[in-house]
Amino acid sequence: MSTLEIKNLQVAVSTDEGMKQILRGVDLTIKSGETHAIMGPNGSGKSTLAYSIAGHPKYTITGGSVLLDGVDVLEMRVDERAKAGLFLAMQYPVEVPGVSVSNFLRTAATAIRGEAPKVRTWVGEVKEAMASLNMDPAFAERNVNEGFSGGEKKRHEILQMELLKPKIAILDETDSGLDVDALRIVSEGVNRVKDSHNIGIMLITHYTRILRYIKPDFVHVFAAGRIVEEGGAELAEKLEEKGYAEYVTA
Amino acid sequence: MVLNSNLLESHTPTSREELWRFTPLAKLRGLHDLEVSLSSRVSLGASVEQPGLSVEIVDASKAPSTSSTNDLVSMRVRELSSKVLIVDIAQNAEIATPIYLTRTVESLDPEVSRTVIHLGANSRATVVVENTGSITLAEEIVITLDSGANLNFVSLQEWESDAVHLGHHHAIIGRDATFTSTVITLGGSLVRLLPTVEYAGPGASAELSGIYFATSGQHLEHRIHVDHNLPHAKSRVNYKGALSGDKARTVWFGDVFIRANAEGTDTYEVNRNLLLSDGARADSVPNLEIETGEIVGAGHASTTGRFDDEQLFYLESRGIPANIARQLVIRGFFLEIVSKLGLPQIEERIMTRIEAELEKASS
Ligand SMILES: Nc1ncnc2c1ncn2[C@@H]1O[C@H](COP(=O)(O)OP(=O)(O)OP(=O)(O)O)[C@@H](O)[C@H]1O
Ligand SMILES: [Mg+2]
Repeated sequence: MSTLEIKNLQVAVSTDEGMKQILRGVDLTIKSGETHAIMGPNGSGKSTLAYSIAGHPKYTITGGSVLLDGVDVLEMRVDERAKAGLFLAMQYPVEVPGVSVSNFLRTAATAIRGEAPKVRTWVGEVKEAMASLNMDPAFAERNVNEGFSGGEKKRHEILQMELLKPKIAILDETDSGLDVDALRIVSEGVNRVKDSHNIGIMLITHYTRILRYIKPDFVHVFAAGRIVEEGGAELAEKLEEKGYAEYVTA
Repeated sequence: MVLNSNLLESHTPTSREELWRFTPLAKLRGLHDLEVSLSSRVSLGASVEQPGLSVEIVDASKAPSTSSTNDLVSMRVRELSSKVLIVDIAQNAEIATPIYLTRTVESLDPEVSRTVIHLGANSRATVVVENTGSITLAEEIVITLDSGANLNFVSLQEWESDAVHLGHHHAIIGRDATFTSTVITLGGSLVRLLPTVEYAGPGASAELSGIYFATSGQHLEHRIHVDHNLPHAKSRVNYKGALSGDKARTVWFGDVFIRANAEGTDTYEVNRNLLLSDGARADSVPNLEIETGEIVGAGHASTTGRFDDEQLFYLESRGIPANIARQLVIRGFFLEIVSKLGLPQIEERIMTRIEAELEKASS
């Protein structure tokens, strides 16, 4: 049983005009087995929340805390956060030229598991995970995200989640860029990992479509750097219908 | 057309001259200095005999240089070399095993060496020049590809840290011939190489790649010159360098010249430099001169920068520690070129050396 506690989190980015406050006190607790959907207008700070938890150097924490099972995440290095059990499926996965997917996955698995996976079982494990996400095995020999289509990048993110088996996963718009079939396949992948390892999920999305496959226990409305409303799955339907007008002060 | 001057008169270059202004002349041990005498020695040798391959040493008078490209030091090399190593591949010969030309070293006294490599029509070979040890060397290698020939040429500079090497590799590429050159410069105190190309027939193609890694106090300079002197020839230039440590210094020039008659030219050149620490300096100057618009394409790119933070973050966010993430990125940076050598053992050796340099640099 794991718990990610985000308390009054405040985050700024440095701009040419000085520091700009993006997150203005985010409170959210995610437990193993729970799925929390986060929905909110463009630019409201959803990715900022995701990146700040993962430790992207661009963001400055100006207040609040993030605890994983009581341990201060904000004090950890980026790789330590991953080892502690956090995973971020990025909205825009990064291309890493010259580093093959297979080398990358193995290096990551070695780091997370604390020892190199046995070659025999590892190859099978990767093949199986790729097959279940409908990924051509040829991707293993390609460079990380290089030349991948938008949807292929997203599948590759979930492939990593399957192999690294985090405690808490943050999925930042994993559904955008996926065709209807891919959406189902990727969602099934997420559910598979979730069910077999009882992980907690923060699912950032703009659409209710993915929520038909990955059922949220909670829906949070995010606006102007904080959570402004919370509810169950029905809240997502309402948002899809009515938009964010009532939460955004012009 | 900086390299190519018929008016070039033999003299001792100074750092006021454009071609020499980046080179620390004082470190050359007189290789450039007309007052200093240089000994002549054929320092390259081939070990294995193969059918279709002949290797011999002849009097320089029997093998005048056919290069149209000039350089003050190359002129001295031609003038002072008494013997020349000739590597000849018979027409239609397909030499399956790589031909290794290995450098022997004797002392740090300045010396000159000349090599001629000739591929007969429709022949095919891989030639690997292996430079190791300590030396003060000025050399010229002239490579001629007759029509339809295909040469994979590799020059490895894995010198000891006190070596000084001025080298000029000039290729003359015949009709429909393909010249692939990979220059790998990791060692040496001062290395200045001039990979230059001219064409002898349409359909000729040159692919010039290279990597270099300079650490503290090293000066590694590469000046590429491609002369599109006739129509329908192709060139691709791709050099990548990394620098780490105080006073690590690299210089890269890519001069591509498309003459008025060179319609149908297809050329692209790129140089990328990765600065791994403060105090290192990389100069990168791509230079494209175009005298005709009737071409397929011409372009260049040059970047010099630090690690891509987004790449490192991505790797680290998957649990990979920062130092290993950096290693992966640098390995990947160079692998793009090294993996195309088609020589697994050399590839492994080069990557191991790069990792050792990296470790040396970060400790
Ligand atoms: N370097 C920067 N300079 C100025 N503003 C920035 C900078 N970096 C981020 N921002 C701003 O921070 C805000 C939050 O961005 P973020 O990416 O977190 O939004 P988001 O909610 O994920 O949006 P989307 O739904 O479009 O993905 C945006 O308004 C963005 O423009
Ligand atoms: Mg976003």
